[in-house]
Amino acid sequence: MDKVLLVLKREYLSRVFKRSFLLTTLLTPFAILLFIVVVGLIFSYDSDEKKKVLVLDPGKMLIDDFISSGGIDYEFTDKDLASLKAEFTESDFNGILYIPELEEIGVNNHKIFYYSDEQLSLDATNSISRKVQGKIKDYKIVQMGIDPNQLQMLDTKVTLDPEPISDDQEDTSSMATLVGSGLGGVMGYVMFFFILIYGMMVMRSVMEEKINRIVEIIISSVKPFQLMLGKILGVGAVGLTQIVIWLILIPTFSYVAYAFLGMSAQDIAASSGADMNLPEGMEDSFAADIYGVMGELSRLNWWLIIPLFIIYFIGGYIIYTSLFAAVGSAIGDDLNEGNSLTFPLMIPIILAVYMMFRVVAVPNSNLAVWSSMIPFLSPIIMPARLGAEIPSWQIALSVALLVLFCIFSVWIAGRIYRVGILLYGKKASLKELGKWIFTN
Amino acid sequence: MSILSIQNVVKEYHNHTAVDNVSFEIPKGKIFGLLGPNGAGKTSLIRIITSITRPDSGQILLDGEPINSRTPEQIGYMPEERGLYKKMKVGDHLKYLGRLKGLTEKEVKAKLEYWMEKFEIQDWYKKKIEELSKGMQQKIQFIATVLHEPKLLILDEPFSGLDPVNSNLIKDEIYRLNQEGTSVIFSTHRMEQVEEICERIVLIHKGKKILEGQVADVKHEHKENIFTLQLNGDIPDQLQARYDFTSKSNETYECSLEDQQSSDVMLTELIGSGVSIRSFEEKMPSLNEIFIKLVKG
Repeated sequence: MDKVLLVLKREYLSRVFKRSFLLTTLLTPFAILLFIVVVGLIFSYDSDEKKKVLVLDPGKMLIDDFISSGGIDYEFTDKDLASLKAEFTESDFNGILYIPELEEIGVNNHKIFYYSDEQLSLDATNSISRKVQGKIKDYKIVQMGIDPNQLQMLDTKVTLDPEPISDDQEDTSSMATLVGSGLGGVMGYVMFFFILIYGMMVMRSVMEEKINRIVEIIISSVKPFQLMLGKILGVGAVGLTQIVIWLILIPTFSYVAYAFLGMSAQDIAASSGADMNLPEGMEDSFAADIYGVMGELSRLNWWLIIPLFIIYFIGGYIIYTSLFAAVGSAIGDDLNEGNSLTFPLMIPIILAVYMMFRVVAVPNSNLAVWSSMIPFLSPIIMPARLGAEIPSWQIALSVALLVLFCIFSVWIAGRIYRVGILLYGKKASLKELGKWIFTN
Repeated sequence: MSILSIQNVVKEYHNHTAVDNVSFEIPKGKIFGLLGPNGAGKTSLIRIITSITRPDSGQILLDGEPINSRTPEQIGYMPEERGLYKKMKVGDHLKYLGRLKGLTEKEVKAKLEYWMEKFEIQDWYKKKIEELSKGMQQKIQFIATVLHEPKLLILDEPFSGLDPVNSNLIKDEIYRLNQEGTSVIFSTHRMEQVEEICERIVLIHKGKKILEGQVADVKHEHKENIFTLQLNGDIPDQLQARYDFTSKSNETYECSLEDQQSSDVMLTELIGSGVSIRSFEEKMPSLNEIFIKLVKG
């Protein structure tokens, strides 16, 4: 055990006291923020093409305020289509929009035409047809003599509020499911990234020792299993350090950011309170939504969620890093050679992430229940379900299976590792790994 | 008394037998040569001795005790495939390896000081391994091997990649440690080094022991009754007819005697024939020749 601690200490210190560790730890929150902002900008990026379109509307359906939008300028004309087409090449218009008259007022499908020598973009097509569709609807309303005010009264927004049957159960708002699944998704994703990043880190570190040829010197002093264990625990400690730093940094950053964005500290303090009385100035629905989320978050059973998250976190970490360590030991001197060995490990991780989307939406479906029993998947699936209520037998069984499989995978990995690290040169096949498990 | 007793050790890998029922004794306080061509099973055997792997059957006693969890602390092993953590500082690295061998923080510090002074490398203490040349790294490796004052030192090709100056430095250290009572196993396929350094050898080939003994005895056993002579003048015809002389160079001959022929008689006859002899010497086979003969034959 002493030696495991020595290895652990070296693995930990050699990583934490590296400049790159400090940099990635401090910069990652910024990088994530930046990524979100950039993605947001990309998606909100509007069309920057400018078009001038001549509109021919013999039925006079588009009437007033059909003005430019989405980078398209419209200009109406009364000329006939044939002469417009003839003059088109000399004009500075990009196209002619021809809207034939409706055959009858009740028609549900109506074809309009766009004449041009250039292709119309997807955005422009959507923009034009949506606009014309709206206008035809308005036209129909007027033609049919319907009162627009009455029409508006037809729309009703329905909110489903789940209520408990007996009074001693807690009442949750309509936000509960949303908050639960949101939280679940976040936890599942955190697990996914953690397993992937630190699994790879352990694998690379095993390979380095093998390529460096230091491994034989080390294992003449410690057992290969001790070396592997020390490494896994050491890298895990690095990861935990990083997460703790983020847990401190991210709220601090956001707090500062909020302050800069004009939200006063009192607002934040008030909004994180558990009581549901809306403070003044928060009547609008967005503020109410935030307030509801905060309320639901404070209502969740954190005393169960946090310990369980930690258990799955550690379990998932141990299962995958030990197997990544085994794979690292079996790869020769070339990282690219290892793809055929790392791939089988990536499949369940990626599968779990895809399943997570469905599990978050329906946390008590058969898919969710059974996939959270499989130790390869449960570290990602189960945290994703934690925002919802889960029967305790499922949690107990899933945790028990997880623990058993942890022990099993560390054992398997140890068997492979002790043979693999001493074989230099060529990469082993999956079949050979299987043999190593059972050799003396 | 043996420092190491290897008894009927067998190690099989799934398609070949790396160590095939090997037994021998390594005497305490001596420098012992473990020889064999590449792939003979030397490294497999050493890995069993250093408890990196376990034998399928057979037993190994270190100083009379079966291998146990404390064995690694009594052995210093410098593998042929050796390296260091490139990003670690020299001082930290040696401390780490020393601690893994069971030394306390305090012991490591004292011993490190001694060795760094001895090799005059105190100013490397804070350098990273990757800043050192290959030869310098070998010195660090050697210090790491002997830092915990092992009873038994196992050196696998210790001089490969070393320049003559550093080779001699390490060689002198090996001799000194041996004088102080450390037993040494020296594994190599470089025979001239073995002849120079080792008192006793074992030759392993294809997993089997094919030769064992004192270097002098081994040579004696494998000598082929060949004598080298330097003469003033030629060999008389009647002697040429009776003995198998071959002219090597100007006035130097080799004479290969048959089993019933005696070198004393031949020498007497040569002197009797009036030839003046400048030198007469029995030609001893080099270990290299014995090695090649045994491995090929």
